[in-house]
Amino acid sequence: MQETIPFAPQLAASPIAEILWLIPALPIVAAGLAAMLKQAKRGTSATLAIGSMSFSLLLSLIAFGHVVVGWAHGASVREVVNFTWIQAGATNVDLGWVLDPLSAVMLLMVSLVGLLIFIYSVGYMAHDENYTRFFCFLSLFAGAMLGVVISNSLLLLFMCWEIVGLTSYLLIGFWYRRPAASAAAKKAFLTTRVGDVFFLLGMVWLFSQTGTLLFYNGGSGSLEPLALAGLLSQPAALGLTAAGAIGLLIFAGAAGKSGQFPLHVWLPDAMEGPTPVSALIHAATMVAAGVYLIARVYPLMQAGALAGGSTAALTVVTWVGAFTAVFAALIAVAQNDIKRILAYSTVSQLGYMMAGLGMGGVAVGIFHLITHAFFKALLFMGAGSVIHGCHEEQDIRRMGGLKSDMPLTFATYAIGMLALCGFPLLFSGFWSKDGILEAAQHWSVARTPFYMLVFGALLTAFYMTRQVAYVFFGQWRGKKPAHESPGVMTMPLAILAFFAIALGVIGTPAWPWFRAFLDGRAAAFDLHGFAEPGLLALMLTSTVVVLLGLIVGWRIYGDRSPKPEEPDALERAVPPVWAALHNRLYVDEFYGVTVVAFYAWWARVSDWFDRRVWGGVVAGVAVLFGLWAQLNRFLDNNVVDGGFDKGCEELNVGGGLLSRVQTGRVQTYLRILALAVVALAAILIWSSRA
Amino acid sequence: MMSQSTPLTGFLMVAALLFAIGLAGALTRRNAILVLIGIELMLNAANLNLIAFWRYGPHPEALTGMMFAIFSIAVAAAEAAVGLGLVIQIHRHAHTTDLDQMNRMKG
Repeated sequence: MQETIPFAPQLAASPIAEILWLIPALPIVAAGLAAMLKQAKRGTSATLAIGSMSFSLLLSLIAFGHVVVGWAHGASVREVVNFTWIQAGATNVDLGWVLDPLSAVMLLMVSLVGLLIFIYSVGYMAHDENYTRFFCFLSLFAGAMLGVVISNSLLLLFMCWEIVGLTSYLLIGFWYRRPAASAAAKKAFLTTRVGDVFFLLGMVWLFSQTGTLLFYNGGSGSLEPLALAGLLSQPAALGLTAAGAIGLLIFAGAAGKSGQFPLHVWLPDAMEGPTPVSALIHAATMVAAGVYLIARVYPLMQAGALAGGSTAALTVVTWVGAFTAVFAALIAVAQNDIKRILAYSTVSQLGYMMAGLGMGGVAVGIFHLITHAFFKALLFMGAGSVIHGCHEEQDIRRMGGLKSDMPLTFATYAIGMLALCGFPLLFSGFWSKDGILEAAQHWSVARTPFYMLVFGALLTAFYMTRQVAYVFFGQWRGKKPAHESPGVMTMPLAILAFFAIALGVIGTPAWPWFRAFLDGRAAAFDLHGFAEPGLLALMLTSTVVVLLGLIVGWRIYGDRSPKPEEPDALERAVPPVWAALHNRLYVDEFYGVTVVAFYAWWARVSDWFDRRVWGGVVAGVAVLFGLWAQLNRFLDNNVVDGGFDKGCEELNVGGGLLSRVQTGRVQTYLRILALAVVALAAILIWSSRA
Repeated sequence: MMSQSTPLTGFLMVAALLFAIGLAGALTRRNAILVLIGIELMLNAANLNLIAFWRYGPHPEALTGMMFAIFSIAVAAAEAAVGLGLVIQIHRHAHTTDLDQMNRMKG
């Protein structure tokens, strides 16, 4: 390991760090304004969203440039701006934002991919009646996601995280008239909520232990050595330290958001949303938020590890990631919906990222996150273009031969597909996936994850070949002929395709710029990077695996154009395996008979309990009060009312008597007055005499 | 001094007589104007008492009784004006000044 450059002590935040909050604030303001627009103001809402996102991209570029310049001068930039949000007695709840290499890279990726998808949506959603609402939600999502990225406080991150979850719910259920869409939205919301509960628990625990939720705060933040040492000395259950236990709880939240097994079930269903949403939220950014969260709290996950060793939390992250990578890739092999294949592919790739984080550190996982964001957004938008061109058809068995009908879409899609497969040398996916495989090869705990990930790579190449063969090769099997999409949709595809190739340059072993940037080391161009022991063998292995996947896939599916009703080639060969994979390995059914059935049963029990037990108690109390009321009524009618009536009668009689005095004759009054004066005089005389 | 020729009791007797005559008039007359005149007599009896007690009191040089009497006369004048005004309005309204017929305030 090279010597890492220490983070420069922060004297004062630079101007760009001071206004970093504008980056998420602009899209959120745009969302607020769009929410107040009439539905008919289509152009205004799109302009607002795209305009605000352009400004955010500009600011992100400046921030990124600032960090790069600082790093090039030999000091890793980490500038934080913190402020107190709530003060209760001696307890402060602080919020803040941070500008460091990690957040700068993510800012750039989210705002760039976001902007491209916004532009693409102008074309894709052109005929939707709720266009304005769509851009409002999309802007809100982008703002919240950028908020997640810049948070320097677990609490602020959690708040943005929840807004992101909300917009995900709103956008999956955007076409709420479709029952499947609203069901998928609910499923996504509830499933991620399971993870979020654990996240919240971890956050509360962290706060109770360290007294702060800030990540970095000049030595007193929760991710800085002082707090970590305190957490490590605190034992929790099962031989874990408090640091490990909190790390695992936070990972549960990340697993929910990033679709890790066993909380992955919502992500494929989320494809009910509009395709730009699938590309932006459920491929490029939101699902990456979980991976980003783990990268952000990496010091906590890593706390207590010896040199070259792993911690319990990181080991769990690795195993869950590796298992998810293979598990989802298997399912993707047997799906027929173009977006569903990509969805399972996303789950699988997120598993790769998690495994990369667990075994190789922040840079390995985040590099794959960034490259994946570009090529998966490209694939989803390409799929959207295909769906658009095929008149809303999503079944790959009813497509075919599109390479001549939609040449631009085909070219960009092929680039995305090869990047996802990790086709050697040319594509970014190859380098980022190789980084993960290399880390897995050197992992000190076990070798199994390495083999799992290699197998996953084989499957990836296979299912993507199958999809591309079905969609773009063979004969057209749909009804109406397909057409190419408009330029506003293909232009972002081309830009993304460029990045899907070009991003690989910054992550090759010869010039590991990205990795050095995130780790805060100097980056040098050195071809000897390839000469590291085992590296060339590894590259050869992954090349062979990818080619094997491509060739096997082509041998089985290439240029066949089977009829839509015909069983799949794999189905003919091994029906039981196909059935299991096609039914998503029965995870949903398993949840159906366990969790859902349990809740249904529990709801019935609660209902019975409510009706019989609590209902009985309530009814008893009601009867009791009824009797009490009867008694009160009796008392009222006979005692209180009687007494009152009698009193009134007496008063009436008295009033009648007294009213006789009021004769209305002035002289009578005068007489009474005179008599009173005489009586008074008599009394005075009498008393003076005594 | 005058005090030797006419004792205080004499003034008081005259005042009491005036008061009694006024009271008798106010109580027995049916005509509202005559009742008012009776009341004026009673007021003047009281004024006479004020002057007499001042004149025969310990500080005849302080002019207090005179001031009281002048105020009282002013008030009486105002009262007479209001009273006569009321009587005129009642007469216009009811075409009578007979107090026995004015009993609409009966309880």
